[in-house]
Amino acid sequence: MMAEDAILLLDAGSGGMASQRLIAQCFVRNFSNPLLDTLDDAALLKDLHAPLAMSTDSYTVTPLFFPGGSIGTLAVHGTVNDVSMLGARPRYLTCAFILEEGLSLSVLERIAADMGNAARAADVQIVTGDTKVVPRGCCDKVFINTTGVGEVIVDPAPSGHSAASGDAVLISGFVGDHGLTVMNSREGLSFLADTASDSAPLNGMVESILSACPDVHVLRDPTRGGLATTLNEIAQQSNVGIYLDESAIPIRESVKNGCSFLGLDPLYLANEGKCICIVPEEQADAALTAMRNTPYGKDAARIGSVRAEKAGRVILKTPIGGERLLTMLEGAQLPRIC
Amino acid sequence: MAVSFDSAFRDPELCRTLIRRLERALQGRKMRFMEVCGTHTVAIFQSGLRSMLPDSVTHLSGPGCPVCVTHDAEIAAFMKLAGRDHVVLATFGDLLRVPGPKGRCLKHARAEGARIEIVYSPLDALALARDNPSDVIVFLGIGFETTAPTVAATLLAARQQKINNFCVFSLHKLVPPVLRTLLDDKATDINAFLLPGHVSTILGMRPYSFLAEEYGVPGVIGGFEPVDILLALCTMAEQLRDGRAEIVNAYPRAVSDDGNPRACELLEQVFVKADALWRGLGRIPGSGYALNPEYADMDARVRLGIQLEDVAPIPGCRCGDVLKGAISPKQCPLFGKKCTPALPVGPCMVSTEGSCAAWFKYTEH
Repeated sequence: MMAEDAILLLDAGSGGMASQRLIAQCFVRNFSNPLLDTLDDAALLKDLHAPLAMSTDSYTVTPLFFPGGSIGTLAVHGTVNDVSMLGARPRYLTCAFILEEGLSLSVLERIAADMGNAARAADVQIVTGDTKVVPRGCCDKVFINTTGVGEVIVDPAPSGHSAASGDAVLISGFVGDHGLTVMNSREGLSFLADTASDSAPLNGMVESILSACPDVHVLRDPTRGGLATTLNEIAQQSNVGIYLDESAIPIRESVKNGCSFLGLDPLYLANEGKCICIVPEEQADAALTAMRNTPYGKDAARIGSVRAEKAGRVILKTPIGGERLLTMLEGAQLPRIC
Repeated sequence: MAVSFDSAFRDPELCRTLIRRLERALQGRKMRFMEVCGTHTVAIFQSGLRSMLPDSVTHLSGPGCPVCVTHDAEIAAFMKLAGRDHVVLATFGDLLRVPGPKGRCLKHARAEGARIEIVYSPLDALALARDNPSDVIVFLGIGFETTAPTVAATLLAARQQKINNFCVFSLHKLVPPVLRTLLDDKATDINAFLLPGHVSTILGMRPYSFLAEEYGVPGVIGGFEPVDILLALCTMAEQLRDGRAEIVNAYPRAVSDDGNPRACELLEQVFVKADALWRGLGRIPGSGYALNPEYADMDARVRLGIQLEDVAPIPGCRCGDVLKGAISPKQCPLFGKKCTPALPVGPCMVSTEGSCAAWFKYTEH
């Protein structure tokens, strides 16, 4: 363990003894598994069967810790979920840290512990990694990259290109929790005290969906840009119209109220533990039941359907009975000025 | 926060009842109303209300988005401030993307090294000043009567805390004078105003009375939920049917008839009314807030010697006509072609509450 007040020095990225100590005391201790513990230049993976799914993502977030998660949980869940969305069983992760000189070692320890716990809970192993330390001011505390590899367990693999007219659109639970929570933690908006990130691994739920409903057409996790952006991507990739019933979309009352106050739309807020699932109509109930029987899919709901008309667009039926386009945003949402 | 914004004020049955009431009041007559506030524009689109309104009702999106009404000369002035030694600009995020001279915006200036911080409140800017005593923090004060009181309170806090490196570039604008300008303009054709709910929490009803008394145009203060908006539309349609013109507060759960006297006192203490430049509308007498000379040390115009200089208007941009309700955003030749949220030519395409950005986001094009 490290002293509470210890900070990271540039030496820890030198490749010398200080690097070895950091790797052993912080990373290997938290991530330990036979493949990692050899500490060779690369991990030797002998038990993977093609086809394989591979995905990489880099993680930066302020603050590093927030209700419901941290940059550490995101770095594991985000990549696990991206691999899972191809109908794959994630197996191994790599992880690379870019750390800022002067970072508190107890903060780094907490992040590594979060990653180790998240990896074990998701049943994946972090098998190789890299650590760089850059001078103060050259990065914002901690950047993490993880790459994941997994075995695809259905054929054909689900894809954003596969939504078809007549399909049902499902979502695995409440949307907008993560985006609003991070904004709340960053800006100290105390009236949103009861929100928490939904950061969670979705591989277990994906396996349940696939065994109940092997013909699933699309699996996507609506992270940055939220449900609205991801559905627009699917509508464009598959050249179909997606019709949503806004009343059916699960949004927590606290998130609705927070968004109403700030002038934000929860449909564009990031999620880190949600999955959009598009399946043939006749398998919709089976997929929904499979989702609801998993810990992260209890609040799954059917939110719309796919049609041939209005190809490339998402159409929202509003609670008062109106209709409007749900388009992609150009950039990040900003709270209103007045 | 115990209030559910989702229940009564979004009740579908109540909405249908109000739409029937609106149709009865209209008796087939056309009604062109202007929603002054950008939040109303977004609410009308976002709730799907626009698709449900009778065909004879036209909504015009007025000059109520603070970013949209910012004049070219004002943009040029703060662009010039960016990058000055020891100056940090503190601004609401929307202003970063507003194109200035030669299409450059504060994002470009920041990429080139200018120090620009996004804040959510003027108090964040004051904290920046406290934390960076060797720099001058300039808060870009845009917004209407709603935003100005928090700026006024921040100036008082700066004085009380003896923070000497904080100043405000006041570009605040006032709603009632611009409504008069709109009604005086022959190019506009407005039967009634949906008056801004947020601004009215500060002003109350009285500053709008000239609309009814001098111009015979009804004005209804409305809230932002579908039921609020429909109720306000019914109220204005019934006035038009009866040949009446009154100012009505249809948002009494948030707006007191007399406004917020404490906030108004703050405004009077810190600001003085001054002429202001409005995009597309030009100079409007008494339509802006300048800092009271007593606060000259915190007035960026005085402290940093800012002058508003003539700048050539953006060629082809018809933001001004859009703000007046003289054309709809889609009638601007640049809309959706040269001017999109990705590459905005005019500010109405920048802010999410800008008329053009709302039309781009919510309608087919």
